[in-house]
Amino acid sequence: MNIFVCLKQTAARDSALRVAASGDWVDDADLSHEMNEPDAFALEEALRLKEEHGGEVVAVSAGPARAASTIREALAKGADRGILIEDDAFADSDPLVTARALAAAIAKEPHDLVLTGLQSDDAGFGQVGVILAELLGVPHATIIMQIVASDGGLKVKRELEAGWFQHVEMPLPALLAIQSGINKVRYATLMGIKKAKSKPMARLTPAELGVSLEPAQRILKLYAPQKSKQTVMLEGSPQEQAKQLVEKLRFEARVL
Amino acid sequence: MSVLLIAERGHKMSWEALAAAQQLASALGSEVKAVAIGAGVAEYADELAGAKVAEVLAVDHELLAAYTPDGFTLALAQLIEQEKPAVVLFPHTYQVRDYAPKLATKMGKAFLSDATAMRVEDGRPVFVRQLFQGKMNADVVAEGDGPVFASVQASAYRADAVEKGEAKAPVRAVAVTLDASEIRTKPLEPFQETKGGVDLTAAERIVSVGRGIQGPENLPVAEKLAAALGAEIAGSRPVIDNGWLPLERQVGSSGQVVTPKLYLALGISGAIQHVVGMKGAQTIVAINKDDSAPIFEIADYGIVGDLFEVAPALTEELGKG
Repeated sequence: MNIFVCLKQTAARDSALRVAASGDWVDDADLSHEMNEPDAFALEEALRLKEEHGGEVVAVSAGPARAASTIREALAKGADRGILIEDDAFADSDPLVTARALAAAIAKEPHDLVLTGLQSDDAGFGQVGVILAELLGVPHATIIMQIVASDGGLKVKRELEAGWFQHVEMPLPALLAIQSGINKVRYATLMGIKKAKSKPMARLTPAELGVSLEPAQRILKLYAPQKSKQTVMLEGSPQEQAKQLVEKLRFEARVL
Repeated sequence: MSVLLIAERGHKMSWEALAAAQQLASALGSEVKAVAIGAGVAEYADELAGAKVAEVLAVDHELLAAYTPDGFTLALAQLIEQEKPAVVLFPHTYQVRDYAPKLATKMGKAFLSDATAMRVEDGRPVFVRQLFQGKMNADVVAEGDGPVFASVQASAYRADAVEKGEAKAPVRAVAVTLDASEIRTKPLEPFQETKGGVDLTAAERIVSVGRGIQGPENLPVAEKLAAALGAEIAGSRPVIDNGWLPLERQVGSSGQVVTPKLYLALGISGAIQHVVGMKGAQTIVAINKDDSAPIFEIADYGIVGDLFEVAPALTEELGKG
């Protein structure tokens, strides 16, 4: 099975974010970056499917040059090769632009299964997978909790709302957007990290792929959210904070 | 040039999105057309017709009986071609997330998803959405001509704010052409997994843990506090994903929606998926080491600090009676 897994590199989760001078994105310079956490579950699922069914796992990312380290991490965990579609514009590109680039790279090669995480921890649209399926002309399903692959087809378990689930069957090739928590992700081993250095990583540009970077939607302004409530912040040592809180909960909020 | 509201049958968020559509249409000097899509939608179309809308469009086809992304995309693409609306608005449900990006792409457009607010500026709709797990907001607009595709986040608008019509709106059937061969996925019957019998919706007090608890070995810190408060234990999505607490203890859009008297959030950042599940709590307490965590925006009482110091101090303080 030829499996493509799409990875995004995003700002580390505990990053202190500052709006950039441009006003429409965060200042990238003072941030550290890591593999988008939901994508790590998609990568793990790709590796498990390969272990079970054979084939190849290709890690593909559209991102700035720094995204190479996320592809390298995927190679260290067991992906066979990587493709980086490199352009600074992908740091904050809208999902249609990102998906067009990914589709152009993936469409050039035989692909049985394309996996994505459910959403990114930065922009959080949760759209790239679904758009990519439409552009590649393959069926898709999202919020996937389980994958059973058999001859030429898939049976997947998808999460619905409020504790409901559903099985969906579809032919290959197909695209699945993976729900976080579907599996327990592996760590890269020292051996894996060593091996990753000799695995191939192709670098492509949007121009080589013939894809436009023209945005379909635009952020006018990025800003810290307004408080919707007047929050009473309790100061002091943990003991003092605890004392004040218990008092407030007893006599002000009256919930104890 | 209307605002087309694609309603999802039996989903409360359809009414929230309808309220948003009415307000947006009014600001645009336009009108709302509500769309009932499925098989056998007469009753649902009639229900929508009670709201103040110009008309209800009924897209009724046997191949739409069960939701599939292919079926819904092909049917709605035909409808949008015919109606040429200014805006196509959806409730931001799991189902909508599964097909609306595909539909917008098919029409060469962006999908401006999960808006928490919207307004009209220079004659065009501007949508507000959260980024970076709720740490940032952005004002977003669509580029280019043609319909603007957008969805409304849960609880951003009130379902009871839907304006009723003076008389029932007319219902118009819109014919679409679908062939079974075009629908590539086969959905089976939805099912529920056996629940552990925890009904968090009935709990008066809840102590909820997030990523800040760091691992299952630290859960006793929260459990002792819960015991001192007479509270149930719950968790946010990452805690459930990591297997630190079972699925039936999850609060949020993919778990339970709770409205206790007291909701104490330990080490929860407050991503919108979690917040929609607990913002109805009477009193919200947030304890988090990150003072920019969005949970503090909705908390009544906030403590910036190490939960491993604050929670035991609280447990002790409560023990003093």
